[in-house]
Parts: sequence; C-alpha cells; structure tokens
Amino acid sequence: MAGRIDEAQVRHVAKLSRLELTDQEVAMFSTDLSAIVEYIEKLNELDTTGVEPLAHCLPIHNVFRPDEIKPSLDTEAALANAPQRHDEYFKVPKILDDGSGA
Amino acid sequence: MAEFDYKLVVGLEIHVHLAARTKMFCGCEMAYGEQANTRVCPVCIGMPGVLPVMNRTAYEYAVLTALALNCQVASFTKWDRKSYYYPDLPKNYQISQYDLPLGGPGYIEIPLESGRTKKVRITRAHLEEDAGKNIHTLGNFSAVDLNRAGAPLLEIVTEPDMNSPQEVGALARELQRIVRYLGVSEADMQKGHMRFEPNINLHITRDGQLHKTPISEVKNLNSFRAIERSVAFEAQRQLNDFRETGRTLKMGNKRTYGWDDVNQRTVLQREKEEAHDYRYFPEPDLVPVEMSADWLAEIRARLCELPLTMQSRFAVEYGLSDYDAGVLTADRATAELFDRAVKAGADAKRVCNLLTQTGLKIANEKGCTVGQLGVDAESLARLAAMADGGEISATAATAIFVEMIAAGGRPEDVAQRLNLIQKSDAGEIEAMVDEAIAANPEAVAEVTSGGKKSKKSLGFLMGQVMQKSKGQANPKVVADILNQKLGL
Ligand SMILES: [Zn+2]
Repeated sequence: MAGRIDEAQVRHVAKLSRLELTDQEVAMFSTDLSAIVEYIEKLNELDTTGVEPLAHCLPIHNVFRPDEIKPSLDTEAALANAPQRHDEYFKVPKILDDGSGA
Repeated sequence: MAEFDYKLVVGLEIHVHLAARTKMFCGCEMAYGEQANTRVCPVCIGMPGVLPVMNRTAYEYAVLTALALNCQVASFTKWDRKSYYYPDLPKNYQISQYDLPLGGPGYIEIPLESGRTKKVRITRAHLEEDAGKNIHTLGNFSAVDLNRAGAPLLEIVTEPDMNSPQEVGALARELQRIVRYLGVSEADMQKGHMRFEPNINLHITRDGQLHKTPISEVKNLNSFRAIERSVAFEAQRQLNDFRETGRTLKMGNKRTYGWDDVNQRTVLQREKEEAHDYRYFPEPDLVPVEMSADWLAEIRARLCELPLTMQSRFAVEYGLSDYDAGVLTADRATAELFDRAVKAGADAKRVCNLLTQTGLKIANEKGCTVGQLGVDAESLARLAAMADGGEISATAATAIFVEMIAAGGRPEDVAQRLNLIQKSDAGEIEAMVDEAIAANPEAVAEVTSGGKKSKKSLGFLMGQVMQKSKGQANPKVVADILNQKLGL
C-alpha cells in the first residue's frame, strides 16, 4: 500500500528523534502514521498544474527587525530550567566527536 | 619517476560570522569573550513558544557579500529547519536555507603566486544561525555556553576548482580580505569568525584510466596554516592509500576528518550512521524574503572597489611591484590612504615606501593597520611633495612621518620643529662652500687636476659642506655651487 510507514521507518525516525519506543509502540505508530500519510495523500488527487509551490502559509514576507541590542536574560534565569549546570554553564553528558553541525 | 599522474581537487565550505551587532533572530548582543550565558534569551536558547525575527542588517550583509562574490542574488528565499541533536544546538534544529539560498552561482578571483589570478566558482551562499560552544573540561560532562548560539553565519560553498594547498590558502585569505573590505565581518580567525572545511580528493590517471580517490572532508579549520597543511597532508595520505589499496570514490565513502594541530595530521572522526539525515523542512516561524530590484540596487551601491581589483590597479597604474601592491591592499583603510595620497599628487613610489617600510613597522608594533596610524592622505601627500621638491631629505621624510604618527601635526610644522628643513639659500651655502675650499687646498687640487682621486675628493668637499650645515643643506644646491666654484 502506497505511503505506508513500515516498522523499520518508525524505528529510524524514532532514533533520529532520540525516542525510545517499545515494540508495541512501534507497531502502533506504524499503523497510525500510515493512516495519517494516507489521509494527507488525498491532496495528490488535486490537479495542481500551474499552481506555484507555497513556501509559507501566510501571504506576507520580509518581516525584519532593526539590528538593535535588546537586553538578554539574566544568567540565573537562563540556567533556571537546565537539568544540570556547572558554574554559569549548561552541563551536559560528554560530547565525543567534535562535530559542530553548522 | 611518476608511476601515474594525479591532480589534487579541492572544494571549500566556509562559514563567516557576520558583524551585525545582534544575533540573527533575536536582539541579544553579539559578543566575544564575555562571561558564558550572558548573551542569551528565550529565542536563542530555544524556549518553547518563542518566535524568531530576521535581522535586516545581517541579511543585507549576506547579500552584499554574495554580490561581491558575483553570485546571482535570489529574488525569493525562504528558511528551513535542519534537524539534528547536539548539546550546543538548543532547539534541536538549526535555521538555515536549504533549497532556496540567497546567493546562487558566482565566482571569486584569487591571486596566485605567479602574479596571475584564478577564478574559483561559487556554488551557493546562504544564511544560517551558529550553534553554541562546548567547553570540554568536566570529566564525563561538557559545559555549554550559548552566547554564540544564533549568531548570523554566512555559509559559502565553492566548486572543487582548487588544485593545490596554496590555492586553497589563497582563497581563504582573499575571502578574508573581501569581507573585511565590505565591513561585513571582522573575519578574525582566532575568534572563530571564519571556519573552513575543505573537501579533498585526487584524480589519478593510471594506464590511461581516470581514478578518483574517496573524498575527505576536514572539519572546522580556523587558521590559514592549518588549511594548507591539512590539504597537503590529505593529498599525500590519499596517494599512499591509493597505492596500497587502489580504493576509489564510491557513493557514501566520503569521510570526515579533524585536524590534529599538535601532530600535524588529519584524524578520522567517527560518525553516527544517521548523521546526515537532517530532515529539512520549511521553517514555519519565519516568512520568506523577497528581494526587490530597488532593495538590491540599494545594497549593490554599498559595494566598494574590491581588494584584488585595487591591487592590480596599484601595480598597473602606479607602477608598484605586485608585492608592494599586495601589502598596501591588505586592508581597506591602508589601501584608501595610499590611493588618496597619490590622487592628491604624491609620488606613488615615495608614499609606498613611507607606508610599507616605516608605517608598517610602527603599525605592527602598535598592533593596528597602517591606515589606522592617524595620518591623513593630504598630509601624507604634502610630506611626499616636500621630499620630492628637495625641501627635506628622504631620511628627514621618514623622521617627520614617524613624528606625525607619534604626535600628529602638519608635515611642514613637524619639519620646522625637528629642524629638518633643508637649507637651499644660495648665499648661505656659498659661504660654507668657500670655507670648505679655503680649508682643503689639497682636495681642491685633486679635483681640478682631474686626477685619479678627483671623484673621491669632490665627495670629500661635499661632505665638508654638509657637515658645516649640520646636514641641513640641500645636497643638490651644494653640489651645484661646488661644481660652479671648481669650474666643473
Ligand atoms: Zn537571544
């Protein structure tokens, strides 16, 4: 069946999203996500010949702000929700590779 | 003896920090070296429910750079989310431009050692936000500072058009010079304002067949030396690898390396298999950007004469050596100071010598550029004119220039104050010449007899007059009067 999300795909996406799923959950999401994708696929029935692709659902563009400095958060406030901190740093499990993704 | 021919092929991915005052999508101040997590807000630390808003200046800086790199500037761009998990990326996605970058194909012209230039094609240029910084000092933990998170970052990708480590280095240096001329980035390598990632492989011809070695990407290089050395190292490593294994480029065997500066070698980095599945999708929190012809023209009007153009103009129009022209165009303020002084009538070679010898030495001591020494072009031109007209000697010109840098003032006043105006008054000089002739009959006899030592003796008499004047007589006037008195 076209658009079906099999269990391998669910596991792959879960891994990318750092989600730990039980086998039952994998089966459940496979069914649910397949149903969702099938539903969305109804859109394919529309004839979109000559219709420009839409980049954004709002009919506006160029919303800018001037390059002006605004007050930042107090460090204590910024760190308040961090699970762990070290002095003024966020403290996280050790990072093995160097890979900045930028 | 070559067992086969090969060509080094390198493309570059470059990240440039734009010198806006605030971050790309929030009003936090861009600061370097501040205490950790003092330049952060709900937007740049990824709190739920916040909305990013584009920084107009940063966007215009990116477009200006794209124009300087001869890129086609897109009339319509949008933003995308690049998803990955990393502790320095608080939102778990980076806002970037995926399929509609603001800058399309272009090129950058780079100077080669031979004095010629080479065009390297630019594939694309797009804006994105930087991640934070990890400080690895806590045993099993890392400390994260998000002051840099959200900084406006321009990513520039070149085609694989470079064929030697020197060309890669030349491109890196030329790009630094360009963004500094444009004023869109401080481009300070030590502060991480520019980061380079070369993609390197070899095209090997053996027995009439072309073999391409697997591509290596070296991550996060932030010194020109590291760029050149890592490319040279990879070229040699790949050559050895091909000799031993015959391994060639196949889908998916591109590898990522880091640069070990201590041991001067590349190091293979382990990567998670899904590392490149970024699941890009349009950023719903930001509306697209439409670049109107008027707005683009307004930005284009801010372009300046680019460094390489200026460098070759100085060489061709002013007759400078390529080396001197390169030194003078290292930064825009110096290049413009020189250019304006020459346009104000100064002799190009004389101003060049003042700036590249005396000026550069003092600037290096002060840790600034020649253009920042505080001497304006008009004063410089007058100083050069005084030396050209014989009012001051070349040595005095240097001394006056040094004093102008140290204490300021017009060259005429400084020359007076330091008592460096040459005496050109014929009467006064004539008296000194007469004295020298009267006191040295032997030397006079040598000169007038035209003997072996006549030249040397004339020089001696000349020296005597200069000594009497305490070095302040105009040597040309002294020589004229002396010649006349001796009937030469
Ligand atoms: Zn912020």
